[in-house]
Amino acid sequence: MGLDIRLPIGMMFSLIGALLAGSGFLTRGDDAMYHCSLNININLWWGIVLLAFGLLMLIPALLSKKS
Amino acid sequence: MPTNITLTWIDYTILFLYCLFVIGIGFALKRYMKTSADFFMSGRSIPAWVTGLAFLSANLGALELVGMAGSGAKYGIMTCHFYWVGAIPAMVFLGIFMMPFYYGSKARSVPEYLKLRFDERIRCFNSLSFAVMTVFASGISMNALAKLLANLLPWQVDMSLLGMHWGSYDAYLWICSAVVLVYVLKGGLTSAIYTEVLQFFMIVLGFAPVVYLGLKDVGGWGTLKGTLAKVAVDPRALDLSTKSFAPDAWTSAWKPLLGGPAANPMGIDLFAMVFGLGFVLSFGYWCTNFLVVQRAMAARNMGAARRTPLIAAVPKMLFPILVILPGMIAVGLASKNQDGYRLPPRAVSVSAYDKALPLVKDATAKEISPAAATKAISEAIGLRLNEEKIAALLKDNAAKPLADGAIKAGIQGAVMENDYDNVILSLVKKYCPPGLLGLALTALLASFMSGMAGNVTAFNTVWTYDLYQAYIAPNKSDAHYMTMGRIITVVGILLSIACAYVASNYNNAMDIIQLVFGFVNAPLFATFVLGMFWSRTTSHGAFFGLLAGTGASALFHATTIAAGNAPGIKGGYLWSLLGMKLPDMPAFLIFPSEMAQNFWLATFAFTVCFVLTLGLSLATRRTKTDEELKGLVYSLTPKLVDEEKSWFLRPAFLGCVLLAVCVVMNIIFW
Repeated sequence: MGLDIRLPIGMMFSLIGALLAGSGFLTRGDDAMYHCSLNININLWWGIVLLAFGLLMLIPALLSKKS
Repeated sequence: MPTNITLTWIDYTILFLYCLFVIGIGFALKRYMKTSADFFMSGRSIPAWVTGLAFLSANLGALELVGMAGSGAKYGIMTCHFYWVGAIPAMVFLGIFMMPFYYGSKARSVPEYLKLRFDERIRCFNSLSFAVMTVFASGISMNALAKLLANLLPWQVDMSLLGMHWGSYDAYLWICSAVVLVYVLKGGLTSAIYTEVLQFFMIVLGFAPVVYLGLKDVGGWGTLKGTLAKVAVDPRALDLSTKSFAPDAWTSAWKPLLGGPAANPMGIDLFAMVFGLGFVLSFGYWCTNFLVVQRAMAARNMGAARRTPLIAAVPKMLFPILVILPGMIAVGLASKNQDGYRLPPRAVSVSAYDKALPLVKDATAKEISPAAATKAISEAIGLRLNEEKIAALLKDNAAKPLADGAIKAGIQGAVMENDYDNVILSLVKKYCPPGLLGLALTALLASFMSGMAGNVTAFNTVWTYDLYQAYIAPNKSDAHYMTMGRIITVVGILLSIACAYVASNYNNAMDIIQLVFGFVNAPLFATFVLGMFWSRTTSHGAFFGLLAGTGASALFHATTIAAGNAPGIKGGYLWSLLGMKLPDMPAFLIFPSEMAQNFWLATFAFTVCFVLTLGLSLATRRTKTDEELKGLVYSLTPKLVDEEKSWFLRPAFLGCVLLAVCVVMNIIFW
């Protein structure tokens, strides 16, 4: 109905994913912070996953909007 | 209550972004809200994958997220029955057999279907009971959310406004309600549906990392099974149960069930599980509850409407991994006392502390024995305490007088009873660094909001079409009803907030609403089955059958009780009114557990309604002709020709695949 839902979903997860991945990248090597998440830089990895998901939603939506 | 979570800028940013997007969706959709059909039914234009995910998300209140993790801890893998037995078959049935009547009958709501099929009386009964229940359900959900946030987030509010005192609970309640109000008011059902899809992804992506970390930490599924085997033999060590079970009680879904009520932590027998939960309660909810059916009815065509519940069934089948497994992981961690983790204890209230503090100081001064001290403090606060921990506390206090805060912490740490609702949160606190923490908390917030928005949109539609337009102000312009829809949205939210305050004062609110749902949904399903599949069902039969069924529920509840419960809100109050005590009650009216009582209540109510509706229908005349019932009853409706050219998208095929996968999953975790 008018608005393609993939646009806001894609946008939101891309932003959040970029934010998390960025924060993860900046804090890589901070063992104290990631001690609770079993010494995995979960912000970086999961941020990348979210970003990928967001783009997966956003790009087809933008392409179909153009055509 | 003080909290040990600190949120950083990144967590707040994620929360803020989420709120921004849900409100933004509402505003973006505002211009498409031209008619009441747009506002209440999305103009019947939504694609199947969207309605499918919204269908599932609307049903997923946070109470489910929080509650299922708690049940996973308490009962183990048997909790999956709520999904694999108690949801999938009903969703498949709805998609294949019932959606054609809901969608094809041109009814705009479930009560309106009842009016077209029978008459106004039954529509009135159904709309009133649904409207009341849905507002209460919304309020209870919001109460749980506000309490959770008030306990969790460090933002403290303490102010006076309009002559009343406002604390953080009030702030969270009103702010979250305001966010939901804005986007539902602007964009109607479409807004609710779109945000529900967003919230679905948020919930999955927010909790998946926590489950992954937990599973890794506990050593994987194989090691977890081994750990839970030890727990099952001695659940008393973690205060999960007073009985002992076979080693596979927590990790095997069917074998403990076949052993009878004494062999499984839920205390259920096979028949109650399969018929009571799997058939009556499950079908009664999924097939008649307008909250979920409304999403399917918003689909763009018949094929999409039928596929909606089927699409929803796919993630539903996999949800146990996301919501039930964390509970089992928590038990695994607690039994090994990994990193000092224990299942969260029930919180001691402020007033209980006030009673307990002087007792502790007294016990130290007078050198009372730990056993006597434990008993006294335990009685004062109403929770069971661990004697060793109290002994240690007294010893520390005797060595050097502890500050009040330290004594309180000691008492809280000694509480043995588990707070199952806090299990998922304790895992979030354990594994999430800043960043991921914000994501998980936003996921929790999203689940509450999707529940509230779902309830509000169902409420405003039933009110406007089935109560207002039907009885109060018929034959007005469409714009009039749209305005009414907006007004009642505001009223609905305010009523939900009022119910939230009521729920905050009664711990039993959740139990009451489950009870009422059980009373109403079980007999209602009998009415629908007979109405949709038997043209001879008459309006008199349906109405009085439904009334009798609901009455039978109430009677059953009044005369039965679960072992270990006191007569009252949990049932059995008829006997106490007659002056009888629990042991004097006839034995067949006492059930091994509350769940068993609920499932048998549902079975009884369904059967009474079914038999009476059938009997009364045969005894009374039909008020509608075959022509009038076309499209409303199975035998009088031309067979649907599936528009889908691709055979694998046909609802019948999809339904069979889903049921087959469901059976396979049951076999794997047998």
